Amino acid sequence: MTAATTEVRAGRSRKARTSGVSRHAYPLWFYLPAAVLFLVFFAIPTFASFYFSLTRWTLFDQEFIGFENYVQFFREPQLYQGFINTLIYGFLTSGLKVVIGLALAVLLTSALVGRHFLRSVIFFPVLVSTIGVGIMFKALLDPFDGMVNGALETLGITGPGWLTDPDLALYSIIGIDVWKGLGIACLIYIAGLVAIPTEYYEAARVDGASKWAAFKSITLPLVKPATGTVIILSLIGGLRSFDLIWATTGGGPGFSSDVIGSVIYKQYQAGFYGLSTAGNVVLFVVVTVIMVPISLMLNKREVEQ
Amino acid sequence: MRWVLGIAAIAVSIVIFIVPFIFIVLQAMKTRQEASELAFSWPRQLAFVENLIEVITQRDYIVARAFLNSTILTVASVTLLVVIAAMVGYVMQRRASKIRTVANFFVLAGLIIPPAVVPTVWVLQSLGLFGTLPGLILIEITFGLAFSILLFRAFVSTIPRSLDEAAIIDGASPFRLFFAVIMPLMKPTVVTVIVVQSVQIFNDFANPLYFLPGDDNATVQLTLYNFQSQSNNQWNLLFMDILLITIPPLVMYIFFNRQIVAGMTSGAVKG
Repeated sequence: MTAATTEVRAGRSRKARTSGVSRHAYPLWFYLPAAVLFLVFFAIPTFASFYFSLTRWTLFDQEFIGFENYVQFFREPQLYQGFINTLIYGFLTSGLKVVIGLALAVLLTSALVGRHFLRSVIFFPVLVSTIGVGIMFKALLDPFDGMVNGALETLGITGPGWLTDPDLALYSIIGIDVWKGLGIACLIYIAGLVAIPTEYYEAARVDGASKWAAFKSITLPLVKPATGTVIILSLIGGLRSFDLIWATTGGGPGFSSDVIGSVIYKQYQAGFYGLSTAGNVVLFVVVTVIMVPISLMLNKREVEQ
Repeated sequence: MRWVLGIAAIAVSIVIFIVPFIFIVLQAMKTRQEASELAFSWPRQLAFVENLIEVITQRDYIVARAFLNSTILTVASVTLLVVIAAMVGYVMQRRASKIRTVANFFVLAGLIIPPAVVPTVWVLQSLGLFGTLPGLILIEITFGLAFSILLFRAFVSTIPRSLDEAAIIDGASPFRLFFAVIMPLMKPTVVTVIVVQSVQIFNDFANPLYFLPGDDNATVQLTLYNFQSQSNNQWNLLFMDILLITIPPLVMYIFFNRQIVAGMTSGAVKG
């Protein structure tokens, strides 16, 4: 009891001392510019979106219609498909970036010949704009003249219409997305791998552990923070994706590769601002419901370590 | 074994990552007719300079104007972003307060929550900033804040507090303490934020598409996109355009390669 009170007192006096210094040295108005921008261009639009999604809205005029936009969003097959595609897109790109990114990072931190060259090469697509990448792959994946199908043809395989086949288009874009974003995932993993002390691996080798066993019980658990970062970054990016899809297929053929991001833009373009904003709220809910538990879970693990 | 695997990896990476870029360069050198064949071959007739001139002068120099717009957009947004985010990251790390708890929440929200586009258009319109470059600059700063604040905050924690105290004892005002003592020390993170955000903002497509419609203010990504939908058969010019607008990010990367890697990793993995 007495020990506890002295501790509290000590804590209090320490706190008093630092805040005495900080009041002079660390002015709270440093928050002000960021706070104003954030409030005006992020918080207000976000809150307003909940209201506007319940209206028939033309920017000048709005009429409250309740949940009609949402009903329409989930009842019309082409809008609903965008919702499903968003989930496929987000989880598949994220999963592939984790698996391939880790595998490549392991390869590139080993004593591989030419690893510095490989690191720069893999990072290169990150620098090209998504629109540029989209146009490039439209040419490469062209079903008749494209290089990819040309190469397949020399092997005696008739290549599919990567971006023109409704069953395939979404997955082709997922492939392009992974190609473009792999560099960042790999970079984060390399940083995580380099931080693991080499003694661990030496000890494992002395104990006669196989390479796979060392990977499973040393590497995997110790790169968890990096995995968390990769998952969070690629899921957020994947669920919000818009520009790559817009540059390659525009959501087509039909609505087969539409995601919520492209549905929002199409409705906006057509002047259905209320419906477009409802799409935004759906995206908001999807991202929040998926991201908040995942980031909480990943943070907890990091603390336990 | 080491050699075999290495050479195999290099060969695969060349096919997957280098060949597409060589393809761009080759197409950019061809005449319109030859480029439309989309073949991976050396041009029969070199038209590199002609294509370059045509891309730049086309439609009343729209690409040149777009380059100017994109440069203004990038430089202005990134400059302000660095100062504003560094201020927040610094105070957040140094001073515990209720505001910090709120700010923390908003940083996480800013990272996760997708911006509500049409209501943002509405806000910009009521401020008279819709379709203007200053409007888009403010948007880009706002959307870049969360990530930049995180990086700055993580870095400030590595600067010893005793430095602040020494400066205060020497009579430095809070303003001077931050701008004359802390900011210069944060150079590695400043460089990282500059490079990452410049590439991001220069390459941004969705925000200009929504918030900066019209040809007058078009950014390079918008002109590239519009060009694509207008002239499907001019692959040579399209690829020349891609080549042209990839140069600024590429130069950034070549100059700051090491620093990006260091800053990204310290911020992303530990932060």
